[in-house]
Amino acid sequence: MKKLHIVILILIAVSIGVLVSFMGDLSTYETIASARQKPGKTVTIIAHIDNKQPIEYDPAKNPNFVSFHISDTLGNSAKVTYHFEKPYDLEKAERITLKGKMNGDVFDITQKDGILLKCPSKYKDDPNNNQKALSQN
Amino acid sequence: MEYIGEHLLPGKIGHFFALLSFAASFVALIAYFKATNAKTPEEESSWRRMARMAFRIDVFSVFAVYATIIYIVANHLFEYNFAWEHSSKTMPMQYLLACIWEAQEGSFLLWTLWVCVLGMILVRKAGKWENPVMTVITFTQLCLATMIMGLYVFGNKIGFNPFVLVRQMDFAANAPIFSRPDYLSIPQMQDGQGLNAALQNYWMVIHPPILFLGFSSTIVPFAFAIAGLWKRQFGDWTRMALPWTLFSACVLGTGIMMGAAWAYEALSFGGYWAWDPVENTSLVPWLVMVAALHTMVVYNATGHSLRITYFFLITQFILVLYSTFLTRSGILGDTSVHAFVDSGMNVQLALFVFVFLIPAYILFIARYRQIPHIVKEEATDSREFWMFIGSLVLFLSAMFIIGSTSLPVFNLVAKKKVAMGDDALFSYNRIEIFIAILLGLFTAVTQYMKYKSTGRNYLLKKLWLPTAIALVISVFVSVFGGIHYDKYGIGFLAAIHLAMFAAIYSVVANASYISIGLKGKLRAAGSSIAHVGFGVLLVGILLSSAKKGVLSYNTTGILLPFSPESKQDPMENITLVKGVATDMGPYTATYINNDSVDDRSKTTYFRIHFEKKGSTEQFDLFPNFMYATKGGGAPNPNPDKHHYWDKDIFGYVNATDNPDKSADTAQFRPSEAMALHDTTYYSKGLIILDSVVINPNDGKYHFSKTDTALMAKVIVFGKDSMRYTAYPLLYVKDNIPHFINDTVFAQNLALRFDKVVDGKKIQLGIKESEAMVPFIALKVLEFPQVSLVWIGTIIMVIGFVISILWRRRQASLSKA
Repeated sequence: MKKLHIVILILIAVSIGVLVSFMGDLSTYETIASARQKPGKTVTIIAHIDNKQPIEYDPAKNPNFVSFHISDTLGNSAKVTYHFEKPYDLEKAERITLKGKMNGDVFDITQKDGILLKCPSKYKDDPNNNQKALSQN
Repeated sequence: MEYIGEHLLPGKIGHFFALLSFAASFVALIAYFKATNAKTPEEESSWRRMARMAFRIDVFSVFAVYATIIYIVANHLFEYNFAWEHSSKTMPMQYLLACIWEAQEGSFLLWTLWVCVLGMILVRKAGKWENPVMTVITFTQLCLATMIMGLYVFGNKIGFNPFVLVRQMDFAANAPIFSRPDYLSIPQMQDGQGLNAALQNYWMVIHPPILFLGFSSTIVPFAFAIAGLWKRQFGDWTRMALPWTLFSACVLGTGIMMGAAWAYEALSFGGYWAWDPVENTSLVPWLVMVAALHTMVVYNATGHSLRITYFFLITQFILVLYSTFLTRSGILGDTSVHAFVDSGMNVQLALFVFVFLIPAYILFIARYRQIPHIVKEEATDSREFWMFIGSLVLFLSAMFIIGSTSLPVFNLVAKKKVAMGDDALFSYNRIEIFIAILLGLFTAVTQYMKYKSTGRNYLLKKLWLPTAIALVISVFVSVFGGIHYDKYGIGFLAAIHLAMFAAIYSVVANASYISIGLKGKLRAAGSSIAHVGFGVLLVGILLSSAKKGVLSYNTTGILLPFSPESKQDPMENITLVKGVATDMGPYTATYINNDSVDDRSKTTYFRIHFEKKGSTEQFDLFPNFMYATKGGGAPNPNPDKHHYWDKDIFGYVNATDNPDKSADTAQFRPSEAMALHDTTYYSKGLIILDSVVINPNDGKYHFSKTDTALMAKVIVFGKDSMRYTAYPLLYVKDNIPHFINDTVFAQNLALRFDKVVDGKKIQLGIKESEAMVPFIALKVLEFPQVSLVWIGTIIMVIGFVISILWRRRQASLSKA
């Protein structure tokens, strides 16, 4: 066997090791209901912000705490707590990807990148925005 | 219906040229294909003449399309959706350019524009390789032209016509305003939507053109590889293609790092690299391109590694196309903050990948056995052996990154639902740190090796000094550098220290190789210089990441007892009340004011004063809030930084006291009528009327004898026995009373001069409110040695440029 083959085999072995540990680390997408079944486990939820409930953020008292309510397409809703500043344009986001843990009834996010906004106004205006812009006044 | 005031001609001209560019590139493709497969020189030259003519028409058309769009945007023809959606009247010229590549169709246009420029150069320079190489290039042009065609074929939309009118858009289908012939005179058609505030930045002007030049140029080495397979002249093209490969790696690398610089200084992501899918998808082709670069050099010197070179060059371009698909199809929408949203072109974008992927790999597999290779394997002490291994490591690292980034695709195909784990950044970093260690060591040692065989004694003799120096420096850095990043345990910390040694080793070894190995011959030292730059970049990444610190940890205890939720850890923002010095790590920070406003861009600047404790050192930061160009909405925070030679202090405001001034619901309550020196009360103390001045003309106010103004001087005594003075004022103009209120921020108290009672006494209005305390929530980060990241990048680019010149010289010498 050539030396090169040995090296390549080693690299393949390492790659498999990396892959296995990577797979072990993956979390899963859940609905709000199924996330409730897995309390304390890191999961990802795609939902939208429940506009009927206020977004709580009082930077004068605590700039590192945001709380709001989400609901998903199945009609379930939950309270979310996030321990960083309020993300830019949170109220405008039409869809929101959250990564955190369900603790009791509250979905708790402790990583800064645990909230990802699907914010159509950011890079390309979505049709709804354009429609709104056309019919304003 | 006839609409009034529409300028339809530019759109017709533009769309005509868009279609012409499609037709012309099709003709050029066929003609170059025929020329490549021609049997006789006469046949070849006549096809080639035709191909060149068609390609020139294609180039002209693309430039005409571009010029038309600039014309439409610069003249504010808002009947066109492109102008209406992406530009506005208030935007200065450079952003009018930027808004062209903000749009999806505009960025395709930028891509095809660069391919035109590169194609023109290749027509002049490629010599006998012109026909096959340009066949591939014109095929790319054809594909890109479909992206801006906007034709409907069998009910499927092909491409997106940039010259479509607003009233032709889907969203406008039922808008009532288009039932009016004069719809252009309606206010919402008088101005465009403008460029998003977050993108109004000089980086938006320069970063996309450079990045797209990088992306566009990756086609050239790919085209040479395909040409080599096609013509069965398997090894002839590598010398000519090497400068192009270097150019591509150089420009794409520059583009990526410009994006990193932009993220660092403007977009408040809290750093220059976040392993965001969109960042990853541009890094991955670059890594494979760099791998290809090294195997090409190996082949040119020794004849080894040609097969893998083909594989890398094909794969890097397929990855560019795959990245295009990922970032533009909307598939990354749930994992990336940058990606475009779905524009209904996903099938076309996927096809764009497959029309290159399938024929390229089929050709590669079919000709694989014919590609010459050397049976005798490389010696373990040869340069080519380790360059090959290094390239393999680069490639595997790229595969790991693109694999992780492709999880949404995996979910789509396998109907699975998986996402990155709890800590996505670390799942990249813990792998890439080992890649960094390997690459650092390889780049340090391999330069000293010779092709074919080096000999242990030679290597030891040359390497012991750089190794010793690097060891001393890195031990020094490890001991005194203050790297105590133990968040992920001792193992990862050890890996950081090891990587630090590898990076320093790379810098020292390559720098000394310029004098030892090359005797200071700088013209040939491009690769060593680039490797020094890479090493410096690694050192910068390691130091700035491992020692990145949050200075604004909310440790002061103020306000904390009030919020029961505050038991949780991160607490990265701190509240600064205006005028109150607050403890922040080694500094005290004071929020001074937010008086500075730039009206054009609707930007408010916050002045925050920093003083270093126990020293006279001080500086101001001016982070700002930029309000979106249109429709209001939340302000977009932009950071500011203070640069030291060894670190950046980097701050941004995340919130301020009600920017829209609507939440202040507290009311003024009237005091009883007060004579001079009378006292009244508020919840935290007492208020004494000291004096009343008629038409004051000093200090804060300037009235003359003809005015009617009364100023009260009021002394406020807080419970905390602090004493404040306030000067509320009342003046009458045109028989209407005007109030100029005064505030005592420290007491949350506002005072108004309400009226004069019975000619002798006055009534004050007293308001106590939470909302009026001006404050900001500030995040301050410290990035040590981040300048090394930029310095390393610049050195690397310089190294690339020297290499390009050197390899071009070699290529032309070998031809002669």
